[in-house]
Amino acid sequence: MNEILEITLRSLLVSGSATLLAALFGLPLGIWLGARARPQRLAASLLYAGMGLPPVVVGLLFYFLLSRSGPLGSLGLLYSIPGMVLAESVLAFPLIAGFAMAGVAAKAEPVRRLVKSLGGSELQVHLTLLAESRRVVVAALAAGFGAVISEVGAVTIVGGDIRHATRVLTTAVVIETRKGELERAAALGVVLLGVTLLVTAILVVFGDREAP
Amino acid sequence: MIAAQNLEKRFPGFLLRVPRLRAEPGEILALLGPSGAGKSTLLMLLAGLLPPDAGRVERTGPAVYLDQQPYLLERSVLENAAFGLRLKGVPRARARRAALSWLSRVGLEALAERPARGLSGGERVRLALARALATEPKSLLLDEPTANLDPANVARVEALIGEERHRGRAIVLVTHNLFQAKRLADRALFLLAGEVVEEGPAPAFFEAPKDPRTRAFLSGEMVW
Amino acid sequence: MRRGFAALFLGLSLALAASPLRLATTTSVHDSGLLDAILPGFTAETGIPVEVIAVGTGQALAIAGRGDADAVLVHAPALEAQFLKEKKGVLHTCIAKNRFLIVGPPQDPAGVRWETNVLNALRKIYLKGALFVSRGDNSGTHKKELELWQAAGLDPRGQPWYLESGSGMGATLVLASEKGAYTLTDLGTFLFMREKVRLEALFDRDDPRMINQYSYMAVNPERFPWVRFEAAKKLRDYLLRPEVQETIANYLKERFGQSLFEPLHGRCLIPVP
Repeated sequence: MNEILEITLRSLLVSGSATLLAALFGLPLGIWLGARARPQRLAASLLYAGMGLPPVVVGLLFYFLLSRSGPLGSLGLLYSIPGMVLAESVLAFPLIAGFAMAGVAAKAEPVRRLVKSLGGSELQVHLTLLAESRRVVVAALAAGFGAVISEVGAVTIVGGDIRHATRVLTTAVVIETRKGELERAAALGVVLLGVTLLVTAILVVFGDREAP
Repeated sequence: MIAAQNLEKRFPGFLLRVPRLRAEPGEILALLGPSGAGKSTLLMLLAGLLPPDAGRVERTGPAVYLDQQPYLLERSVLENAAFGLRLKGVPRARARRAALSWLSRVGLEALAERPARGLSGGERVRLALARALATEPKSLLLDEPTANLDPANVARVEALIGEERHRGRAIVLVTHNLFQAKRLADRALFLLAGEVVEEGPAPAFFEAPKDPRTRAFLSGEMVW
Repeated sequence: MRRGFAALFLGLSLALAASPLRLATTTSVHDSGLLDAILPGFTAETGIPVEVIAVGTGQALAIAGRGDADAVLVHAPALEAQFLKEKKGVLHTCIAKNRFLIVGPPQDPAGVRWETNVLNALRKIYLKGALFVSRGDNSGTHKKELELWQAAGLDPRGQPWYLESGSGMGATLVLASEKGAYTLTDLGTFLFMREKVRLEALFDRDDPRMINQYSYMAVNPERFPWVRFEAAKKLRDYLLRPEVQETIANYLKERFGQSLFEPLHGRCLIPVP
């Protein structure tokens, strides 16, 4: 039981950090792209393509980057939590930026018209758009978090599934299945589902509150 | 007062030309015409939301434009009503007090603390009107404010528009509803494919239109 | 809750301390729990924590061959020989062995049960066209299986009855059970899974071809200067200690009525040059 808790907390730590790291760059980029008056076709197609990045490919890429024989090998990040966070944030980034872009783009024109028609400035247009994007941001964060916490390909390759060090819920499910401990694997799967639902629900409730 | 002279706006395959347009304080100018005639474009030019390719728009004092489907902020009804004043830098408490009195004018004071997203169609339009009026504009530019509303709400919104005329605002009203135009308008302007076909005082415009196309439109014979 | 956090922070600090010895090993050793039975003693004695990465033998050697692990515990003599030849590994030491078995459905459609020669057993499966699941993952067991087919003079690849699972031994056993197929397995994993699958040990004999030999190697510090060679050497010495070898011999012996692993005391049965 204790080990399940440990693994769950580590999953939250890795996925949460990766989501935040990706959001740090993805939200400003997505909001900026969405708020642009002209549609940014190239950026949009890159982001939408990025949403389909195969986790194992990203994992492999980070394996070669972080491997001791690789370009970033001296950092010693392979098979470590920071290494996993890096790889997962690359997976979350296009989702977060893409969702933010699409959501903001849908609101940009009506908000601009409203603020301008009431005599507001260009700066006020952007501030209002930012304030109105709360729900969009929440959806983007939930999408990013949901993708990385349920992902197994990249964390396995970059994390190595080391017990008490880099094992997370998804890799634990894999190993219990491999061992034939199907009940234990199912229990871990239920925990994974529960955690994902809980975090998403918290995000949504948080984002659904009306601004004062 | 809001007025325009030699206004031109070009889009691919479309040219809007309005040589002269004028709505005095306390006057309602109805913009009529079939879909695609350029009514909404003209309204946005008057509001300054679109830059004209030629000509100019004159406004004495601020003008406020009301979208066909007004965007309501993801905030409370009261915060929505106070938004225009907040944009102008009015302190929060004062803006909320003023907004609340406008909400009671449009009959929404009971919903002040509710989220604006939960409002019905009629309530949304009334809230958008309150938000616009709270900034005390000299002119109002309304794009089909009663489209898709039930008769009770139509009557309510029309009454509000009538009151605002009496308070001396210059109002430009885009509408598809000829009866509404007859009920409210002091002047009317008929737009067809970007051209002003006819413009004049309401009684003459409706009872004795000069142009055969206006006659056809008013009698419902203009099929598009 | 507090203990969970404590465990998490402990795990974190261990991961960040960058001091643990990293051992890449095969799923068969790891999933049997053997390492959990012997490594804590090593850590307690030397203060060196060991991080275990459990993958197939092919991947374990690939990871170690880039200097991303400090030592390996694997079971594919031919691959080990190559690893040594490429100067990637040193201190090759045979630790333990058990055997490979052919398991299959109780009905045994190919009649493997009556064979005394494993190559003939495979020939029967081939001629019958009976379903056979291969690991197909470059693991030690997969390597062994390919060796056996080759020795039998057969190439099953591309045959409609020859399925490649691409997954670990446990999952492959489950797949074979569901499909009513034969497969090659190591003894340990099969004993663990026996209750959960409808498979019987159909070829389980003392055949030199079926020896499953587990070897330990340290990663060559001359090639990869960052590896923890001293710690890897200490772990090798620890694994060879008589009492540890005894622990290996007795691991889960009572539960299964036979040894999961037999100690080799450093003496290889299959020579690795």
